[in-house]
Amino acid sequence: MEYVLLIISAILVNNVVLAQFLGICPFLGVSNKVGTAMGMAGAVTFVIVLATMVTYLIYTYVLIPLGIQFMQTITFILVIAALVQMVEIILKKISQPLYQALGIFLPLITTNCAVLGVAILVIQKNYNLLQGIVYSASTAVGFGLALVILAGIREQMELANIPKGMQGVPISLVTAGILALAFMGFAGLV
Amino acid sequence: MSQLQNFTKGFLKENPILVLVLGTCPTLATTSSAINGLGMGLATTFVLVGSNVFIALLKNVIPDKVRIPAFIVVIATFVTIVDLVMQAYVPSLYSTLGIFIPLIVVNCIVLGRAEAYASKNTVWSSFVDGAGMGFGFTLALGVLGSIRELLGTGSIMGWKFIEGDGILVFILAPGAFIALGYLIAIVNKINKSKA
Repeated sequence: MEYVLLIISAILVNNVVLAQFLGICPFLGVSNKVGTAMGMAGAVTFVIVLATMVTYLIYTYVLIPLGIQFMQTITFILVIAALVQMVEIILKKISQPLYQALGIFLPLITTNCAVLGVAILVIQKNYNLLQGIVYSASTAVGFGLALVILAGIREQMELANIPKGMQGVPISLVTAGILALAFMGFAGLV
Repeated sequence: MSQLQNFTKGFLKENPILVLVLGTCPTLATTSSAINGLGMGLATTFVLVGSNVFIALLKNVIPDKVRIPAFIVVIATFVTIVDLVMQAYVPSLYSTLGIFIPLIVVNCIVLGRAEAYASKNTVWSSFVDGAGMGFGFTLALGVLGSIRELLGTGSIMGWKFIEGDGILVFILAPGAFIALGYLIAIVNKINKSKA
C-alpha cells in the first residue's frame, strides 16, 4: 500500500514537471511532436532509475563512511555525466534500434535537472534503495506523461492562429500552466 | 564591444531567462515571492561570476577534449560553496529554496556562459559577462517574483499594495507558468519593436 501511494503521489499529485518544476528545459524543448516526446520519456526513465540507484549506493557506501557528505553535488553530477556517456556507448554496441530511438536524447539528459533533482530528493527523504527505485521510476513516468500530453496539445496548436508575440515558448508556458491547474485537481488524492 | 555594453547585454537584449529561455526550472520554482526570487538570483550570480573567472583563468590549462567535465567540476565547487554558506548564514531562505541550490549546477546558463564566453575571453571580460548575465537573471527573477507576489497576495516583500486576499493561484505552480509565459511575450514584443 505504501508503494502504491508513493507511485500515485509521484506521478499525479507531485508531478515532477508541473508541480516541482524539474526538467522544464526538455519539457519545452522536445514537446513539438508526440513521437519525439515518447523517445525522450523513454530515455529519461532509463537514466533516472539507473542514476538514482548508483548515486544512492555511492552516497551510502562511500560518502557516509568517509564523512564527506558535502561532496554530494560534485559526486552526483559527475556520476550522472559518466553514466549517461556509458549508457550511450553500451547502447550503441548492443542495440542499434534502441540507440537510434533514444541516442539523440542521451547527451541532453545530463543537463536535465530532473535526474540530479530526483537523486538528491531520494537522499533528502531518507528513502531506502527499493523506495528510491520505485520513486524514481514513477517520477520518470510522471515526466513522460506531462511531456506527451503537452506534445499532443502543441501538435494541435500548430493549426491555430496565435498572436505573434505569443508564438513559441510563451504559448507553451501558458498551456503548461493550464495543464498544471488540471493536475492540481489530483491534490486530494493522497 | 565596450565593457559597459558587455555588462548591460544581459539585462534585456540577451536576458538569459526572458530571451534565451535558459534556466527555467529555478525561475519557475523560486519566484513565489520577490525575496525568494532575488535570493536565488544572487546565489546564481555568485556561481556565474566565480566559475566564469576561474574558467577564464584555466582556459589554457584545460585540454579541449575534457573541457566540459572540467567546467562542471569548477561549477559544482562554487555551488557547494554557496550551498554551505547559505545553510550557515541564511537558513530560512536556504530551506525555502531547498533543492534548487544544489541544482544551480545543472542550470544551463552557467555552463552555457562557461562554454560560449569564458573559455574564449580574458578574465576581466569574463567577470563582466558573468556579472551582467547574473544581474539580468536576478532582475528577471525579481520582476517575476514581484508580479506573482503582487497578484497572489496583494503585496510585494511584505508591503501591502492591494486590499484583499489576491489570486492564490499565482503563488502556486500554475501561476508560475502563466506569468512567465506572458512576461516572455511582452519582452519579445519590446525587443522586436526596438529592432
